[in-house]
Amino acid sequence: MTSIMHGDRSRLRGIRIWAVLFWLIIWQLVSIAVANDILLVSPLQVIQRLGELIFTEFFWYSIFFSLLRIIGGFILAACAGILLAVSAYRFRHIRELLEPVMLAIKSVPVASFIILALIWFSSHNLATLISFLMVLPVIYTNVLDGICSVDNQLLEMAQVFRLPVIRRIRYIYVPQVMPFFRSGCTISLGLCWKSGIAAEVIGMPKGSIGERLQQAKVYLDTPELFAWTLVIVLVSLTFERLFLLLLKKIAGRLERM
Amino acid sequence: MEPIVLYKVCKSFDEKTVLQELSMNIPQGETTALMASSGQGKTTLLRILMGLEQVDSGYISGMEGLQKSAVFQEDRLCENLNPIANIRLTNPSLSYIQILEAMHEMKLFDCEHQAAAELSGGMRRRVAILRALLAEWDILFLDEPFKGLDAETKRQVMAVTCRLCRERTVLLVTHDLSEAKAMAASGLISW
Repeated sequence: MTSIMHGDRSRLRGIRIWAVLFWLIIWQLVSIAVANDILLVSPLQVIQRLGELIFTEFFWYSIFFSLLRIIGGFILAACAGILLAVSAYRFRHIRELLEPVMLAIKSVPVASFIILALIWFSSHNLATLISFLMVLPVIYTNVLDGICSVDNQLLEMAQVFRLPVIRRIRYIYVPQVMPFFRSGCTISLGLCWKSGIAAEVIGMPKGSIGERLQQAKVYLDTPELFAWTLVIVLVSLTFERLFLLLLKKIAGRLERM
Repeated sequence: MEPIVLYKVCKSFDEKTVLQELSMNIPQGETTALMASSGQGKTTLLRILMGLEQVDSGYISGMEGLQKSAVFQEDRLCENLNPIANIRLTNPSLSYIQILEAMHEMKLFDCEHQAAAELSGGMRRRVAILRALLAEWDILFLDEPFKGLDAETKRQVMAVTCRLCRERTVLLVTHDLSEAKAMAASGLISW
């Protein structure tokens, strides 16, 4: 069973690499056909520009600036989402009170939040706020669904044996809520990067990736635009992988007796 | 020891009456078998005594402060935990060796590192029984505990259960009179 699963996984990974290579070649061919660096640059030019950027100080500073704010917003939202979900599960009134708020956050366009935030606050920590707002309802909803789906028979068993709260959380709630939380994190990690960078592009906080993207647009520097986009994708994917790996390790350690 | 007294206990679910003015004395320090045909409220009675349901009317005395343990009709194991962790969950003071020895008595071999989800039905049942027996308890509820075990395993498991329950308060729900006798049930209550 395990070997079949490993086989499937490596086959999937192989297909993905093959597909990526295919589309890179198509991109290269189209860029040669278009022959206009402003409209479409080739992947080789993007790599070349990226190679130049990584030796500059502002490149690393911009990554650090945006990473800190976007991930900060994500972590704050994850913590708040868990706390609110637990409170909503425990107290019906809190759940009822939060329901319209979460619905509003989910429905209001991210651009409206960005503009409102720019009116109310400075743009310096805009990405944190926007990333927080995008992640909060996803984590809240997923964790609440997870808590609600905890096996009632196990909770009754815990009640009869008078298991202490800590042991109930660790061995009954955490294993059953974790897949929901993990799924929420997977969805919201991509979301927080997209919305965070969008906020930076509009708000242009000094030293952010969003500001670099906006400048690339203003100067029609398409290779830099693509290079920064690639950086965002790489940083976002790396953080997602690392975070999910860390989550898996923490969950594994918590469940181990 | 004072018996556990049930007096005119009534319990209904929606429109359906499950227990109608049920009165009985359950002696402490011995095994009592509860027998009744299906749907007569045996499990409901156990759930009430376990504190998982409230009575509609009537009263129960003698249960105050008793530490409970149970084998439910379902195994109710933590699927991701191995048998040792499942047993230790209810009694962390047990050592690995103590649990392993008890598992061997129940003919549970070479499964101590497997997650409960990977165990067979019979193995899961025995782990659930062992968890209840090795927990610290004053009263043990056994709701059709040997269901799904083959004859030979059942005999061995019953022998261990019987030994660990000697002179302790046990309530056994069963449909099988021979099972009640084998468990040395001194009292038999049927309705």
